[in-house]
Amino acid sequence: MLCDVCKQIEAKVHLTQIVEGVTKKIDLCEACSKAKGVDDPTGFSLADLLLGLGAAQDATPAVAEETSQVTCPQCGFSHADFKKSGRLGCAACYETFADSLGSLLKSMHKGTRHVGKVPQAQKQTRDYSAALKALHQKLDQAIAAENFEQAAILRDEIKVAKHKLSENAPT
Amino acid sequence: MSIHDFLISPAEASKRTGPHDRIVMSSRVRLARNLTGLAFPGWAKKTERVKSLGVIRPAVETLPQMADHFADAMDNLSQLEKQILVERHLISREHAAKSAGSGLVLNREETISVMINEEDHLRMQALRPGLQLKHAWQAIDEVDSQLEKVLPYAYSQELGYLTACPTNLGTGIRVSAMLHLPGLVLSEQINQIITAVTKLGHAVRGLYGEGTEALGNIFQVSNQMTLGESETDILDRINKVLQQIIEHEENARATLVEKKPKVVFNHIGRAYGILANAHSISSKETMNLLSLMRLGIDLALFPGIERALVDELFLTTQPFHLQKLFGDKLAPEERDLRRADMLRERLQDVKRPNYKNVVPPPMTE
Ligand SMILES: [Zn+2]
Ligand SMILES: [Zn+2]
Repeated sequence: MLCDVCKQIEAKVHLTQIVEGVTKKIDLCEACSKAKGVDDPTGFSLADLLLGLGAAQDATPAVAEETSQVTCPQCGFSHADFKKSGRLGCAACYETFADSLGSLLKSMHKGTRHVGKVPQAQKQTRDYSAALKALHQKLDQAIAAENFEQAAILRDEIKVAKHKLSENAPT
Repeated sequence: MSIHDFLISPAEASKRTGPHDRIVMSSRVRLARNLTGLAFPGWAKKTERVKSLGVIRPAVETLPQMADHFADAMDNLSQLEKQILVERHLISREHAAKSAGSGLVLNREETISVMINEEDHLRMQALRPGLQLKHAWQAIDEVDSQLEKVLPYAYSQELGYLTACPTNLGTGIRVSAMLHLPGLVLSEQINQIITAVTKLGHAVRGLYGEGTEALGNIFQVSNQMTLGESETDILDRINKVLQQIIEHEENARATLVEKKPKVVFNHIGRAYGILANAHSISSKETMNLLSLMRLGIDLALFPGIERALVDELFLTTQPFHLQKLFGDKLAPEERDLRRADMLRERLQDVKRPNYKNVVPPPMTE
């Protein structure tokens, strides 16, 4: 049985609540049950949860069929494995399964873009690539203006910048 | 050195104090990190896990923050040693179930614990007594910034730190506080609070016990979302929620003492009576009664008795701490006898609660 929220992962949490005399049932995967805060059944209202189910609900079933065949080229993990465990195989899986992860991430998090800490090396890589891009632009302008002396200086600077960028790349 | 010799004694560990520690027993910030190019531990083969452990462990052991530390592979630790670490909240239950290819590095003060190859390659956490989430974050942020210099993290500009479970994606941060809330439980307001806190996007669960049980009236509040919000925003949001819970708990205690003193004193008096006189007592009953005694100490009903005594007993009466103390595997019935013996002995100098001495917490608007 698939999770009622994300429609992608095997449901492991099964809940029943009587809401105004009517028995309501919901089946959730581990991740969604955590995301909805229903690990503790006293702490949530099933009615609220069922009401909030709209968005992710209609989107996925059609894609689910074909995506379950996809396998990660880096680690061999399949979409079916993901459905079973709710976990991914490796970092590259996030690219492999990007399409089906989109709605899932939206339903569990505040946003779908990281806005927190950035590793120092990543920050520098970002700065170095920006600097390199600017140098290339200047070089194009210098060549267009037939300022070959300037172009030679810029080529040297580009060489240094490229070297810095490659040195900084995570190993 | 074995982990038993390394660990701070329960008596010493219980003496640690922090802001708001009447209600907030401890603060924790955990970060999940993975290495690029390697399968996550749950999908990696054993040989791969052993290899990544070999890369990660020395990197963690040489951190300046870990100058004096304990480190071992999980397959070198006995079941008892692992469960003691769980009861101390130094490793997760999941990590205790790991063996070859997983490891642990713990600093001398027991304020930083790094689990290697749990669900992610790295699960590092900083612990502080009382409400000190910012300090815990700063400590673990530093550890992380050191490690990123030597370990190639799996990170994407778009999705942040990549984790085995999508629920941890982005910041990989889990901020949590362990709360003692007897006032809200006795006044039957706890479910309302849980509902409200859950609606704000945080999780609340009983720290001990199955399902809806919260043994010892101890709850854990933690953030749910890790992506689309910065670490400091997550911390600020949960701090606000915790301040409100603290206020509600203090108000609940004050109202109980004012409106239903007999109910409160009855609970505390009975708890003391049983703990100090029983000859057989289960772990469950012990936790629930110690919680009431802790409340009694907070209300000044036990003059001269420190909260640390209750916190120490809370730890030493846990099944594996008891087993360690009395050696060998005790049968459950045997354990209940030993637990009662220990409680009677430790509480023999504690006088009966003095109800005239009661100091209710100040009410806030
Ligand atoms: Zn789901
Ligand atoms: Zn993969």
